[in-house]
Amino acid sequence: MSYENLTQRLNMTLRRIVHKDHLTEKEVDEMMKEVRLSLLEADVNIRVVNSFVNDVKQKALGEKIMKGLNPGEQVVKIVSDELIKVLGKEEATLNFSKTRPSVFMLIGLQGAGKTTHAGKLAKFIEKNHSKKVLLVACDIYRPGAIDQLIQVGKDTETTVFSEGPINPVTISKDALKYAKANDFDTVIIDTAGRLEIDEKLIQELKDIKKEVSPTEILLTVDSMMGQKAADVADTFNKELGITGVILTKLDGDERGGAALSVKMVTGVPIKFSGIGEKMDDIEVFYPERVASRILGMGDVLTLIEKAEDALDEEESEKLMSKMMSGTYDYNDLLKQMKMIKKMGKLSGLLRMIPGFSNLSQLRDIDDNALDFITVIIQSMTKEERRDPSLIAYSSSRKRRIAYGSGRSVSDVNKLEQMLEKQKKAFKMFNNIDESKMEEMAKRFGNSPIDFNKRK
Amino acid sequence: MGIFTKLFKTKAQKEKDKKMVLGVKRQKEYSFGELKRLLESNKKIDDSFYSELEEILILSDIGIDYTLKYMDLLKKAVKKNKISSVQELKDVMLDEFLELYVGLDKASLNYQDGRLNVFLFVGVNGSGKTTSIAKVANMLIKEGKKVLIAAGDTFRAGAVNQLNVWGDRLGVKVIFKDNTSDPSSVIYEGLKEAKSGNYDILLCDTAGRLQNKVNLMKELEKISRVINREVSGAPHETLLVIDATTGQNGLSQAKIFNETTKVTGVILTKLDGSSKGGIVLSINNTLGIPIKLYGYGETMDDMDKFNIESYLYNLFNGILFEDEDE
Repeated sequence: MSYENLTQRLNMTLRRIVHKDHLTEKEVDEMMKEVRLSLLEADVNIRVVNSFVNDVKQKALGEKIMKGLNPGEQVVKIVSDELIKVLGKEEATLNFSKTRPSVFMLIGLQGAGKTTHAGKLAKFIEKNHSKKVLLVACDIYRPGAIDQLIQVGKDTETTVFSEGPINPVTISKDALKYAKANDFDTVIIDTAGRLEIDEKLIQELKDIKKEVSPTEILLTVDSMMGQKAADVADTFNKELGITGVILTKLDGDERGGAALSVKMVTGVPIKFSGIGEKMDDIEVFYPERVASRILGMGDVLTLIEKAEDALDEEESEKLMSKMMSGTYDYNDLLKQMKMIKKMGKLSGLLRMIPGFSNLSQLRDIDDNALDFITVIIQSMTKEERRDPSLIAYSSSRKRRIAYGSGRSVSDVNKLEQMLEKQKKAFKMFNNIDESKMEEMAKRFGNSPIDFNKRK
Repeated sequence: MGIFTKLFKTKAQKEKDKKMVLGVKRQKEYSFGELKRLLESNKKIDDSFYSELEEILILSDIGIDYTLKYMDLLKKAVKKNKISSVQELKDVMLDEFLELYVGLDKASLNYQDGRLNVFLFVGVNGSGKTTSIAKVANMLIKEGKKVLIAAGDTFRAGAVNQLNVWGDRLGVKVIFKDNTSDPSSVIYEGLKEAKSGNYDILLCDTAGRLQNKVNLMKELEKISRVINREVSGAPHETLLVIDATTGQNGLSQAKIFNETTKVTGVILTKLDGSSKGGIVLSINNTLGIPIKLYGYGETMDDMDKFNIESYLYNLFNGILFEDEDE
């Protein structure tokens, strides 16, 4: 769907507003209209939208515009922060009961993905919690549902308990007995899809609940659902008391506003999202990702970082001009190191790159590899940090610094070379052309420093 | 106007629509109950009235674009006809919905005697394709047609079994292959059997697929191509199955499925729930695809030919009209 993202929209509204340090109420109101439309297009329930927008408006009015953001970005940041807050900042985990077995009941409308997610959940629990899981086939209505669960059980290598199309309350009671007798840790009950307004079938769920006292009742919600997601979840919650939500089919191109509706109306945490057709395609719910989707933009996280790094940016501009003028020194290098550290662990950063997350080599990356640079610089005197040439021409200074930092003299030499290379490279920027850029890239390709080597 | 007052005069027609009315009646308690309150409130037709009405339309998943278009038409009609009371507004409200509906003449299924008809069922996961196939088969059998089903959902566990159970209940032969992951080959077998066995119609099931999965959409394109190669002019219908609870994503579904394999009609399912499936109005208006059938329950009789007038009538029954069932 080709919606403009919210930042673009807000910026359109704000064309007339030149950079200011705060927004007037009228300007905020204008922007809230766009926020509202954006949320409605994402299928967030209109009542949820109204109350949500009201909250955001109050926040937007009070806050000063942060450095590095324009007013449109500022509002998007507030909206996104609030979305993440509502969707649940903390990772919501499964609760297991103290006495075995823990019983999880999956409920929801027809076609929401209960049977598939019963299987995914079984595999997830076996893998991540090392528990022995029993799947229970209680959907006696939909033709083929029991066969489907049996097939799912084969795929995930999970035992499936089935007694055919008899009373689901009896099945669940027998299944619990079977689980206790055969040392199962966890029982997952797959129930038939039903309308939340179908009194007879809701009563059936209540009867099952009474019989097995489930540890968790998980509601599966199709993330493509529209406005009614709020009412449906609310009704299921009032009737049965749900303890968690599984948001299914999140690998589609919907914006997933249903997540916000369900969370705001029930207050129950969203615990998992289904992200594909394979049995491994389930993950714990990440509020940030869904917030980005709801806003129709992938760059919310970047934006937040941008705001928080605004100060760093000022700092790096200063650094840049120092580099250009050739007066770059060890103090500046130290500042750079600090900025890099702020970005987080190196291995963590790499893990965020698609395709890298499963590389076993990641374990070998030393997150503290860059620390030695800091350590060496900290062993320098103030004069040495300001004037790199003092070190370059004195081997006694180098020895002293090496001793003080616990590194070798050759490490100090490498650091010195690194600084010189950087200075040279930035000098080249002054009379830049493409061939030189390439040459520079080549030279920088071979770092003189072996990150993992220690004295 | 007048068109709605003429509707549902026959008893048979009333019986037929009772189930849909039941479903929609529950819906009224949710959002259209508010429309009733709004229309009975003797409010002036002003900005606040319009914005309340707008909100109610959005709640039925009709979508922002459609809602704005509709509100625009309504406001113009109010001005033109110098309407001042809410009572007069009711007629205009329905007229404008019809105004936006495309393809009133294309409502019926493209079925012809004397040829092998092939209908292809497509849609996202869980929208109700397999159940809809069983219901359509049932409808056609009642009309005396010789029906064959090809179980082209080779992906979802239990899908073939699901169709086989329906096949047994309906007395319809179901063509399936064990241990294959190639739906085209199953459909091909189905076409072969349909031709040699002199069937009137072949209904082809496909696996649910999200429209942004490029490979799966290519697979669907291939299925459609195979059908066209074997039977010229086929598939005679490519029916997109849409769950009534679907939000704005329904439009994306219709757009992309339509690009992949020309969609000739929509089947709106699960209309017995609390959702009204308003997105199909948006799909119809944006892409010109007619809504052909609707499903409203779990038994094989719970399907009927879609009729925009009765859809709107049922949506507004008891709100814009006297409630005939109470």
